[in-house]
Amino acid sequence: MGEGAIKAGCQAYFGYPITPQNEITAYMARRMAEEGGVFIQAESEIAAINMVFGASLAGARAMTSSSSPGISLKQEGISYMVGCELPGVIVNIQRGGPGLGNISGAQGDYFQATRGGGHGDYYSIVLAPASVQEMYDLTREAFDLADKYRNPVILLADGILGQMLEPTNIGKENSASVLDIKKDWILDGCKGREPRMVRSLLMDEGELEKHNWKLNNKYEKMKTSEVKVETDKLEDAEVVLIGYGTSARICAEAMEIARKRGINVGLIRPITLWPFPEKVVSENAERLKAFLVIEMSLGQMVEDVRLATNGKCPVYFYGRPGGGIPEVDIIVDTIERIIR
Amino acid sequence: MKKLFSRPGSLTAKGNLYCPGCGHGIVHRLIAEVIDELGIRERTIGVAPVGCAVFAYDYWNFDVTEAAHGRPPAVATGIKRVLPDRVVFTYQGDGDLAAIGTAETVHAANRGENITIVFVNNGVYGMTGGQMAPTTLIAQKTATTPLGRDPKIAGYPIKISEALGQLEGSFYIERVAVNSPKNTVKAKKAIKKAFQTQIDNKGFSLVEVLSMCPTGWEVNPIEALKWVEEKMVPTFPLGVIRDKT
Repeated sequence: MGEGAIKAGCQAYFGYPITPQNEITAYMARRMAEEGGVFIQAESEIAAINMVFGASLAGARAMTSSSSPGISLKQEGISYMVGCELPGVIVNIQRGGPGLGNISGAQGDYFQATRGGGHGDYYSIVLAPASVQEMYDLTREAFDLADKYRNPVILLADGILGQMLEPTNIGKENSASVLDIKKDWILDGCKGREPRMVRSLLMDEGELEKHNWKLNNKYEKMKTSEVKVETDKLEDAEVVLIGYGTSARICAEAMEIARKRGINVGLIRPITLWPFPEKVVSENAERLKAFLVIEMSLGQMVEDVRLATNGKCPVYFYGRPGGGIPEVDIIVDTIERIIR
Repeated sequence: MKKLFSRPGSLTAKGNLYCPGCGHGIVHRLIAEVIDELGIRERTIGVAPVGCAVFAYDYWNFDVTEAAHGRPPAVATGIKRVLPDRVVFTYQGDGDLAAIGTAETVHAANRGENITIVFVNNGVYGMTGGQMAPTTLIAQKTATTPLGRDPKIAGYPIKISEALGQLEGSFYIERVAVNSPKNTVKAKKAIKKAFQTQIDNKGFSLVEVLSMCPTGWEVNPIEALKWVEEKMVPTFPLGVIRDKT
């Protein structure tokens, strides 16, 4: 993710230590120095996200990373960034919660990530990688999406992915798009132009409502243009598993075992959690026996699946919270019970 | 006819909405005059606070943003690190700087961030209706200390500038006041020195300005001027706190 950020032209990184994402901070400390970028180990996650705010305001591609409890602290800053229309990339390597929880991989922050997370009425694009390659690729892409919409982008992975070693193909060139984006809104001193202000306090009558409708137009564009999803073996499927990130890898294994036992199982893996790939879910809902949603939580994404199916087919759930990992055998047994 | 007095180019023509006798207008103007005199209007970025001065961006005629409550030093850090040749300053009240934003303030100073902070201390939360500030004086009555600030319950007025003066990263810190023409002239000199410190890449500079809040103190504007002298200065003595020049 660190290298993906650098290849995307990330010029400033601000972090605070928290397990299980310390590898990113340490990597960025070394690499940003090599690349002549800005690295600060901030005094808190709150300071780190506000440094991202400042760096982004000054025109830089900026990033911070943390894990669940630290991401809670960043919510204030993320809300302000959305209000001020500032791009930025925020990585959440999720751990178990609530509270200090534990340092195992978990998927308990889905609601927080996909429903804005901070105060106010907003959304951010949420990308959920399921491999080390995808952590690299989606990090690169996150910077482009953030600049395209002038909105923060959340990368939502988990502690298992965060500790994983896999062969990864790293492109040599920096993203070309870095050069193409003209930022005519930054604060860099008003030389040769009128002074600008960047703010989220809009006190005049109707001003904030108007602003929020304008932001809503961006969310609508994200919904029509940015949905990413991977599907497998939907054509003949009777039961379709839905999982993201680490859970999707477990689902893929369960699907293979179920198919060996003669049950036609398919897989939907949302890559954008917001906007949620509701179309592929709703299109398949009427002809399926059931969806089975697998999460490392008490059940969060399952609500989006239920909304998308709109009662057209049963939606089952199996998940484990607090760092528990869903078991392949239980998934396969559950599929068999659904079929029966 | 020779023009002797006019609005600084770094101030907009917009009339401010501060209460009669409030010190913010004076401090805004001093900053604008200093920026004009240093010729840095076109490379200055200001960070406005949460509180009464949240509308500062309407009054200054250069690039200004607004940070979350207490976060201006972190936002300024982000801007300055990306654009080291620009002049970046924050304008913060006592609640912003010395309560909710204490960590951001202390660590910006400790890193020796090459930014300038203008810290307006009027001992009360003005915008929200006169609650106790971290700098509220002992026995001072506020909306949340109706019997007067009792240190046993609410602690002591925090001398944050003295605390920051202990940090290796701090380069220049001075406390001034704007309750008299004489003090105001000194205040401007200190603000100018703070900006010059940044221009010379020397590191962290902060000017604490004791300022009037007649509305929050429930006194008239004339009494407020005396109030600064008689009540605030004994707790917050004026003068240079740290100067590594």
